Amino acid sequence: MTEVLHELLRGSLDHCVKCTICETACPFSNATPLFPGPKYAGPQAERYRVEDEPSVEWSVDYCSGCGICTQVCPQGVKIAELNAQARHKRKQESGVPLRDRLIARPTVLGRLGTPVAPLANATLRSRPFRAAVERAFGVHRDAPVPRFAGRTFRSFARRHSSPPASRRVVYFHGCGTEYYEPDVGEKTVAVLEHNGFQVEIPKQGCCGLPLQSNGLFDDARKYVLRLARALAPQARDGALIVGNATSCTLMLKREAREILGLADDPELKLVSERTYDVCELLLELHDRGELKTHMQPVNEVVAYHAPCQQQGHWIGKPALELLDLVPGLEVRELDARCCGIAGTYGLKREKYDIAMATGADLFRQIGASQAGSVACDSETCRWQIEHATNKPSAHPIELLHRAYGLPPAGADSKRSTLRGVMTRNVERVRNRART
Amino acid sequence: MRRTLHYDAVVVGAGVAGLTAAARLAESGARVCVLAKGVGSTHLAPGTVDVLGYEPDGSEPPRRVDSPARALPAFVAERTDHPYALLGVDSIRPALEWFAERIEHGPQQGYRYLGEMERNHLLPTAVGAARPSALVPETMAAGDLRGTGPICVVGLHPLRDLWASLCAANIVRLGVEARAVEVGLDVDRPDENALGLARRFEDPGFRRTFADRLAPQLRDDERVALPAVLGVRDPHGVWSELETWLGRPVFEIPTVPPSVPGMRVSDALRAALRAAGGRLVVGAEVGGAERDGERVTALQAHTAGRDTTYAARWVVLATGGFNSGALALGSDWVVRETVLGLPVRGAPAPGARRFVPEYFGEQPMSRVGVAVDPNQRAEGLENVIVAGAALPGAEPWREGSGEGIAITSGHRAAELVRAEEGLGAAV
Repeated sequence: MTEVLHELLRGSLDHCVKCTICETACPFSNATPLFPGPKYAGPQAERYRVEDEPSVEWSVDYCSGCGICTQVCPQGVKIAELNAQARHKRKQESGVPLRDRLIARPTVLGRLGTPVAPLANATLRSRPFRAAVERAFGVHRDAPVPRFAGRTFRSFARRHSSPPASRRVVYFHGCGTEYYEPDVGEKTVAVLEHNGFQVEIPKQGCCGLPLQSNGLFDDARKYVLRLARALAPQARDGALIVGNATSCTLMLKREAREILGLADDPELKLVSERTYDVCELLLELHDRGELKTHMQPVNEVVAYHAPCQQQGHWIGKPALELLDLVPGLEVRELDARCCGIAGTYGLKREKYDIAMATGADLFRQIGASQAGSVACDSETCRWQIEHATNKPSAHPIELLHRAYGLPPAGADSKRSTLRGVMTRNVERVRNRART
Repeated sequence: MRRTLHYDAVVVGAGVAGLTAAARLAESGARVCVLAKGVGSTHLAPGTVDVLGYEPDGSEPPRRVDSPARALPAFVAERTDHPYALLGVDSIRPALEWFAERIEHGPQQGYRYLGEMERNHLLPTAVGAARPSALVPETMAAGDLRGTGPICVVGLHPLRDLWASLCAANIVRLGVEARAVEVGLDVDRPDENALGLARRFEDPGFRRTFADRLAPQLRDDERVALPAVLGVRDPHGVWSELETWLGRPVFEIPTVPPSVPGMRVSDALRAALRAAGGRLVVGAEVGGAERDGERVTALQAHTAGRDTTYAARWVVLATGGFNSGALALGSDWVVRETVLGLPVRGAPAPGARRFVPEYFGEQPMSRVGVAVDPNQRAEGLENVIVAGAALPGAEPWREGSGEGIAITSGHRAAELVRAEEGLGAAV
């Protein structure tokens, strides 16, 4: 099966006309000569890659797997998917460092850090500790790491019961929500319920995307199939699956099937077909005239950055249209490509500077936009943006939550005293600037 | 819930024709969505607006056109199946004016196109051949080979896409005084392309260093030719500053792809679409349609995980020709329109010659396109309008007519929908 898939991907190479459009769009080859670009590393180098023979070049390690090349290719060549497979093969030969095995497992880190959140957060912001971690493990000392919330989203989900409604959705929250941003999850649930959805939150784990992008395909398959098993029963009953972590929903929709060779797994297929990015779902609701549009004014200027993997859904930028519904809110669309973090890429010692250079155009646009904050659909991108620009960044759903005037999230935690999304995020950025 | 989005018009394709139609429609108040399999051919084209550069008449090389405005009436009279005959010569000018305004008010501040249909510019190509073009970016206009002053072609090391000595030698063969110089740039990668350099030229320090290295090599009356790398976001700023610093005309010569001037066009048209409230979805390949009698009611787009249905009152098909895969020639020698399976026109009759050995010769197969009525409607369908390279009857690379056809047909497609829908005039 995997071989068949690989041959299908390879077949798409014949469509490459060497037009260089992917090269114009690649965020990383424009920032580092170590990655010569998707065309060289993809359709061109693929000719020298022979099954059962050693990898012939190593530059694919500097490809972040963002997928923009595949999106912009006018000929339908599966560039990113082929490069992901080449990276996997290369990593199998060279071995995957302990660092990559660790940072690719958000559930492990989350379970370790959550019970001791204050200590963990302080430690992760200690310069000497980070310097030691950089030396010992290769995680860059300046790389943005999120704060453990000290509580899991699951603890909210266990207590929460969604009011019965005619429409039912399954909420796929992802690891970022689970361990670092449970309030984003609560707001997502609140916005969905406000719009007439009954939200079910089954027990769930990681989608395996960080493992996949670090070349750990076997583990990634295990993770994503386990998740598919957790979500499939409700999907089979007709519920839609909706998530706010845009790279993780893309993993479910497409990447696991195309890159990991799981195209034919019946449960993953079912889940894949029924998975929605939350903004995608709400925009469809709006298109049918069923989205609640009574909102309070939010008199602010916000910049919007569509993450690479949000673009990989091939649905345009639904968040932009949703934010346009908020009275008073002035939205500035940023057209820079990428923030550079690419999940775990920008955490690595040897890649941190490349990631920051990749994001430089975005950071400059954010600075020039005169926006007070940045809306963005992916949590790791938000952390990178806050790190690089000192501006707070929120998921678009948080702005909708605020515009709807819904009660603040985290009612049982200390954070409930904070007023809104931005206040909380401003604090977070200030804290980081102080440490 | 059913996964359907509703639009007044869905435009398929994000090249010049598609973006023109979409932006123009959105400006008229229509709810518009562009669906594109990938980025359009803008990034591969030189960024000039060629309306009519040659009249292929069997002679080699074909006869060059000095004034498209004067040549077009006879041109279309002799070629009743040509897109310009279908569109009407009178629809070209307003379309070009619309386009030039969108560039001028676009995101690249101060950047504008110069020229008109009355007279073609005659610009040198990267190999020093003369190329006629009606509207050209201000950053290229000083390159007109009929202009005054010898030309100093500047090669930029390590860019491999403009070989200055070759370019200059061929310009000399055209009877224009020219010579080549080379300037080394502080670039850390040997494979830097035009786009990479264009981004670097947006750094004032980088271009200052360049200007300081070039200035001593220049002779008094020379104009300066550079590969088209003078900025993507602020070409006007980069170019005008270099002209000031060097104290002489400076002009760009388009290189092989990636085309920086072409990307500027794409950026400007996308910005016009966005400013008018239109939507752009890149990556979504259209793979089928729902029909109700002679109307297409919805398009199926391949999106991640599943298809998405885009319901539309109108469809503008701006998918291109063979190059983009919108047309395909089967081993059975049958030409198919691959997106909606529409009837095609202009293919050589069975048994007739399909190709000639000369690559740039008059290829009988090259005139194939989607069969349309005088209002650009696809044969048998009331609400599918065809624009750009999907139209039959042209040989744009021989005629120098590609952008003229794309802009005019995209603009007219929008006008046709506007008239039918009773939409207001564009803002």
